[in-house]
Amino acid sequence: MSWQWFHRLGSPRWFYQKTSGWLPWLGAASLLLLAVGMAWGLGFAPQDSKQGNSYRIIYIHVPAAFLALAGYYIMAICGAVGLIWKMKLSFVVMRAAAPIGAALTFIALFTGAVWGKPTWGAYWVWDARITSMLILFFLYLGVMALSGAFAREQSGDKASALLALVGTVNIPIIYKSVDWWFTLHQPATLKLTQASTIDPSMFYPLITMIAGFYLFYAWVLILHTRSLVLQREWRTQWVRELLEKPAPAARA
Amino acid sequence: MRVDSLASSPGAAESGATGSVRPPGFYTLFRTEFILAVRRRSDIVNPLLFFVTVLAMMPLGIGPDPEMLARMAGGLIWVMALLATLLSQESLFRGDYEDGSLEQLALQTQPLYFSVLAKVLVHWLVTGLPLAVLSPLLGMMLNLGEAGYWPLFMSLALGTASLSLIGAVGAALTVALRRPGLLLALIIMPLYVPVLIFGTGAVQAALDGYGYGPQMAILGAILAAAAALAPLAAAGAIRISLEN
Repeated sequence: MSWQWFHRLGSPRWFYQKTSGWLPWLGAASLLLLAVGMAWGLGFAPQDSKQGNSYRIIYIHVPAAFLALAGYYIMAICGAVGLIWKMKLSFVVMRAAAPIGAALTFIALFTGAVWGKPTWGAYWVWDARITSMLILFFLYLGVMALSGAFAREQSGDKASALLALVGTVNIPIIYKSVDWWFTLHQPATLKLTQASTIDPSMFYPLITMIAGFYLFYAWVLILHTRSLVLQREWRTQWVRELLEKPAPAARA
Repeated sequence: MRVDSLASSPGAAESGATGSVRPPGFYTLFRTEFILAVRRRSDIVNPLLFFVTVLAMMPLGIGPDPEMLARMAGGLIWVMALLATLLSQESLFRGDYEDGSLEQLALQTQPLYFSVLAKVLVHWLVTGLPLAVLSPLLGMMLNLGEAGYWPLFMSLALGTASLSLIGAVGAALTVALRRPGLLLALIIMPLYVPVLIFGTGAVQAALDGYGYGPQMAILGAILAAAAALAPLAAAGAIRISLEN
């Protein structure tokens, strides 16, 4: 059947061997984009008329917040794929995505606090977006805690996948309810359908940073998944061979 | 032919004689669970005692100033009701898991959805509803404005039902673990947020002299969605836990 390719995706060995060639490219591209975006955003983009230089933290804050949310959905979708098609690799990606997402959520919260001090006059305010990011952080921690709590790995996989899915249903509700509750954060300035309310000279470095963060996320996710794959499959023949022989040069 | 299992009743003997044992239906399970819950009185009383005791600590911690207490009463009562529900939820499936009847429930032909729903309904009747009934009294002790009594009761009655349903997912996910207490709180608390917001929102709106219809409507909507989806997720979680 033509579904063979799909099931081959579920093989940890296939994944490990396939991604070996991607890693250097992915890493180089993400670091290059991040370096360009950072220099452009922090050094060359104009100052904001109201916020001065402090606005420049958006070059870290916005991409991190983007990926914190997208990362949750990536984690939940991987969990769903694992539950539905019983794919081993999918659960491994889900587990790998959890700490990365949590770290990005923390970065978004932390940079937001640093920015909030000069702009709003306080490190922490109970505003809708900040609160929902904090709850997202808790959701990530819950998934991580649950996946580690089971003695049997498969049970931990399935249980945390289910929890991630329940969280997915809840995220829009949490977001809306907190939004209704109180709002101080500015509305979203980047819009796909309408013109953005940000000047192009500030917008292009931001887009560069977002692209860089996405590539960086993919890179780190693959690296972490690979190490988890090795940990899980250490009894198998191919991992033994890989570890005993010196690694051959990566073929692209 | 009506068959009551678990609880001893004339029907059980009858079914044994004819040899066709049918699994307990929703109503039978509900009745059995309810009788069991009522007979184990400490399970009903302990969450309520926790609720009252912790609320009595609050003025000692934050000071007896009536005005400040009045402003915080709605939120305090709601948060404590949330904790009391959460703590009582740990034992929701535990006994059945340990003595094996949870596996029997999972094996029967009736979808696990209805079994979970019956158990959650009983849980709400013996914890959420008494909490809601008790709440105006505590509101009075905490100097809550009189306008807040009715919305506090209504929002708690509706909201704790959602809390019981959502918490059942967490209880089912952690039932196979030896010490789930803190983990259960960690995974379920974030999911409680919308209920808490609209529950306290209803009380606050009433105190400020506005209508609290919208908040109650949203709480009702959350309950409807939770009643449809949460038992499904909990049933899936029970099957995962039974594999462990």
